[in-house]
Amino acid sequence: MSDTKAVNKALFDYLLWLGDNSLILGHRLSEWCGHGPILEEDIAITNIALDLIGLSRLYYTYAGELEGKGRSEDDLAYLRDVMDFKNSILAEQLNGDFANTIMRQFLFTAFSYHLQNAMLTSTNEQLRAIAEKAIKETTYHLRHCSDWIIRLGDGTEESHKRVQDAVDNLWMLTDDLFEPMESDKLLIAEKIAPEMGAIRKQWDATIKQVLDEATIKTPEPSYMMKSGRKGIHTEHLGFLLAEMQFMQRAYPGAKW
Amino acid sequence: MATKEQILDYLQEVFDPEVPVLSVVDLGIVRKIEIDAEGTHITITPTYTGCPAMNVIEEDIRAKMKEKGISSFDIKTILSPAWTTDWISEEGKQKLKDYGIAPPEKSSPDKGLLSNHAKVLKCPRCGSMNTEMKSFFGSTACKSLYVCNDCKEPFDYFKCL
Repeated sequence: MSDTKAVNKALFDYLLWLGDNSLILGHRLSEWCGHGPILEEDIAITNIALDLIGLSRLYYTYAGELEGKGRSEDDLAYLRDVMDFKNSILAEQLNGDFANTIMRQFLFTAFSYHLQNAMLTSTNEQLRAIAEKAIKETTYHLRHCSDWIIRLGDGTEESHKRVQDAVDNLWMLTDDLFEPMESDKLLIAEKIAPEMGAIRKQWDATIKQVLDEATIKTPEPSYMMKSGRKGIHTEHLGFLLAEMQFMQRAYPGAKW
Repeated sequence: MATKEQILDYLQEVFDPEVPVLSVVDLGIVRKIEIDAEGTHITITPTYTGCPAMNVIEEDIRAKMKEKGISSFDIKTILSPAWTTDWISEEGKQKLKDYGIAPPEKSSPDKGLLSNHAKVLKCPRCGSMNTEMKSFFGSTACKSLYVCNDCKEPFDYFKCL
């Protein structure tokens, strides 16, 4: 048995990573509110944003309890700076056109789906309960974006090109999703968190299956940026936080 | 002191703010009511993680308990087992239908994971089976948007979870 304190610290970091991924991507999606290409899609994207933000609340609340310093979900979301955020750099990327948003969503959601599936057997009761809850929603999200990738990829020449461009542009950020921390080893040993290798294989298969059906070429392996979990982000995250955290920065402690 | 049955009756008067024909009991989000020396303990579970109605529901339960003179009570939220539309009572499903929302069809996964083949549903207004899905995600996270090709009315479907 590893010592509990070290495991708890590792789990705290792991929860922040999960929560940050969910919050940052959820916030990005919320930027589509009122700008969706069609009304139904505007509603769909904002619904998914809501699910993601809701999920981040569960991770943050648990992280705060585990840390035991009295930090709430709001403290963790609004009172940390760029370098403290551990989300994947994929999640923070700009929305771009609709094809780019949907591709970012698909690459992330396929990852999230397989990760949550693996966490259904975590030895940690709370992580398991969150996964049990989240997997149902994530299944709907995955269907939604897979469907769009296929519809647009196997659509018109223009839509095909946009989807292919999107995956070509985002591909270099995908390894970052799987980048483990040294401290994850403690969690894996305790069977709290799954090994990334297996998740990666499942992700590869899902991505290939959908891209093939969409007549989109899966990009060749190339240079990969991997730094999100270490707190090294692209320039976009700072701007996102400046907007998302504005209220708490301008009016510290403001409440609804 | 109120009995479990009374508390349950009171909770029947607390409605989902987004689907105001369903009580929190019909919806299946009240998981447990316990009464001991310290008071009444109510356990609820969220429908969707991001459901904005959950906070309101908790406040509404609080207000209802106070209105009924229950002073010592607490509300606990649990995540597991995860809420499923199978917990919506038969009465609740009928109320949904009368309200114009197609109730969830029994048992969860509607379709294949990566494909988007929609369920064939009966129009809650005219009963026609000639309906089609317009969007997976409807006016709230828990609903999909359908349209009836016969009576031409759009309708919500409370999707399976």
